[in-house]
Amino acid sequence: MTAIGLTQVQARNGGFASDVSAISRRALRSVLRDPESVIPGFIIPLFFFTVNTGALQNFVEAGGTLDYKAFQLPVAIIMAVTGPLSRALTLVEDVRSGYFDRLVMTPVRRLALLIGMMVADIALVIALSVPVLILGYAVGVRFETGVAGVVAFVALAAYWGLGFAGFSYAIALKTASAAAVSSSFMVFLPMMFLTPMFIPLEAMTGWMATVAQYNPVTYLLGSLRSIITVGWEIDEILKGLLSVSVVVIVSMTMALLALKGRVSRQ
Amino acid sequence: MTDEHAVITNSLSRSFGAVRAVDAVNLSIPSGEIYGFLGPNGAGKTSLVRMLTTLLLPTGGSASVAGHDVVTEPAAVRLKIGAALQAAALDDKQTGRELLQLQSRLYGLTRPAIKQRINYLADLLNIDEALDLLIGTYSGGMKRKLDLAVAMIHEPQILFLDEPTTGLDPISRVELWDEVRRVNEDRGVTIFMTTQYLEEADYLAQRVGIINQGRIVAEGSPAELKRSVGSDMIVARIDGQTSGAAEACEQVDGVESVEVYANEITLSVDQGSKVIGPVAIALDQSGASVEDIVLRTSTLDDVFLHYTGARLEVDANIAKEEPA
Repeated sequence: MTAIGLTQVQARNGGFASDVSAISRRALRSVLRDPESVIPGFIIPLFFFTVNTGALQNFVEAGGTLDYKAFQLPVAIIMAVTGPLSRALTLVEDVRSGYFDRLVMTPVRRLALLIGMMVADIALVIALSVPVLILGYAVGVRFETGVAGVVAFVALAAYWGLGFAGFSYAIALKTASAAAVSSSFMVFLPMMFLTPMFIPLEAMTGWMATVAQYNPVTYLLGSLRSIITVGWEIDEILKGLLSVSVVVIVSMTMALLALKGRVSRQ
Repeated sequence: MTDEHAVITNSLSRSFGAVRAVDAVNLSIPSGEIYGFLGPNGAGKTSLVRMLTTLLLPTGGSASVAGHDVVTEPAAVRLKIGAALQAAALDDKQTGRELLQLQSRLYGLTRPAIKQRINYLADLLNIDEALDLLIGTYSGGMKRKLDLAVAMIHEPQILFLDEPTTGLDPISRVELWDEVRRVNEDRGVTIFMTTQYLEEADYLAQRVGIINQGRIVAEGSPAELKRSVGSDMIVARIDGQTSGAAEACEQVDGVESVEVYANEITLSVDQGSKVIGPVAIALDQSGASVEDIVLRTSTLDDVFLHYTGARLEVDANIAKEEPA
C-alpha cells in the first residue's frame, strides 16, 4: 500500500541483554504506577525499628556495651527487602490473563523473563533500603566500615532479598495463584523471627537458640551487624554470604524448575 | 508447500488424560486465506490453536506452520506467527505504545523499524489517539484492536485469533471485523481464527471448518456449506411431542432432511415456497400443535445443526428468547 507499509521487518531474537532490559523496564514502570503495593515495604521496617528500639533498648543495653540501635538496623533492612512480592504477583496476573503466553510466543529467552523481573526487584530493594539508612543515620548509627560498608550492607541485604524473591517466583510460576504467592510470607515469619532478632545469640536459650543456630538469617544478621559495629570482619561477613548463598541456590533452583514447567508445552 | 500453505496438519491430536480434545485433525490452509474455525465451547478450538502457536505439544500427528514443524522448530514458527489468544492479554499498567515497544524489542526490531511499525499499525487499526494512555482506561473494543496490533508488530505471515470478538458489543464487533479484513487484504496475511459466532465466520472467512468434540465434521466455503444442507430451511416450532410430526414431514415430497433439536423441527428443502404448503398440511394431519412455522434460507447454524446434531448454544439462547 503506502511506502510505510512496505517496511521490511526482520523478526529475530533480540539478544539476552536486550530481553532482560525490556522485561525489567516494564516491571519497573508497573511498580511506579502501583505505589500502593510497595508502600508497606517502606513503612513496616521503620515501624519495627521504632517499636523494637523503643521497647527494648534500655532493657538490653542495661546488660552491657551493646548499641541497640545499631543492633536493630540490620533487622529493619531485612524487613525492608523481604517484602516486595509485587513482581511475583504481576507474574501471576500475566499467567492468568494470557500475557505470559504472549511473551512465551516471542523469541524471548525464557530465562530473561525471570531475570528481567529480578533486575527490577533489585532496583526496588535498593530504593527500599534508603529510608532505613536515613533513619539509622538520624538516630546516630554510624558504620565502622564507612561508605564502602554501607554499600556492602545494602548489597548483602539485596542478595538476601533476591534469594527470598526466588521462592515467591517459584510459587507464582508453579501455582499461578495470588493467594499462594501471598502465603509465601509464611516462610518469612520463622526465618525472620527464629533468629537473634531481639537479643544476641549468646543470650538466647532453649529450643529457640537451637533453631536460630540453623537459620541462615542468623548469620546474615551477624554479617550486617558486624559491618556496622565492628569493621571488616571477613569471617563474619563470609558466614552471612555463604548462608544467604545456600538460600539463593535453593530458591533459584525452585524458580527455574517452575519456569521450566510453565513453558514446557505440556 | 512452504510458500503455498500457511498451515498444514496431519492427524493432529491432543489428549488430556482420557479426554481427546483434538482428534486427528487434517487442515490445509493456503497462504492469504481467512480460515474460520467454528465450534462451541470445549470443542477443541483452543487446544488446536495452542498447538499451532507452539504453546502446547501434540500427543499425535504433526503440524507445519509457515513451513516449519511446530514440535521440532518452534523458534522458527514463532518468528512468523502472531497471535491474539484470549480476551485481550495485555497489561493494564502500561500504555499501548509501551507494550508495543516491549513486544518489538523481544522480536529484535531496530529502533527505526519499531517507530515505523507502531505508526503504521496505529494508522491501520485506528488506535492513534489511545496509544499514550494506560491500557486500563481502554474500552473493550480498543483493547482488542491493540491486541491485534501487538500480535502484528513483527509483521507475521500468519495471524491466529482465538475468538477475537467474544465479549464485544455488536458495533465494536463489526468494526473489528473490518480491521481484520483490512489486515488480510492489505498485507496478504493469512488469518486463522476461531469463533463461536456464525455471523463472524460467515462475514469474514473464505473457508470454514466446523469442529465438534475434537473432530472436524465439515469444511468448505460458507456458501458451499450452506448448499450442502439444502438451499431453503423450514423451521417449525411444536408445542409438545415432535416425534410424530417429524416423521410426517419426512414423507413430504421435496424434503431432503429432517433435524430435531429441542422443540424445533428443521427441514432442509429444495424449493421452500413449493414445499411449505404440503409441510403445513402434513404437520396438521399428524396432530401436532404448531406454534410457529418459518421459511428462510439456510445459515451456518443449520450447517452446524446438520453436522453436529446441536445448535450453537449462544445462538440457540437468543432464538429461544425472541418470540414470547
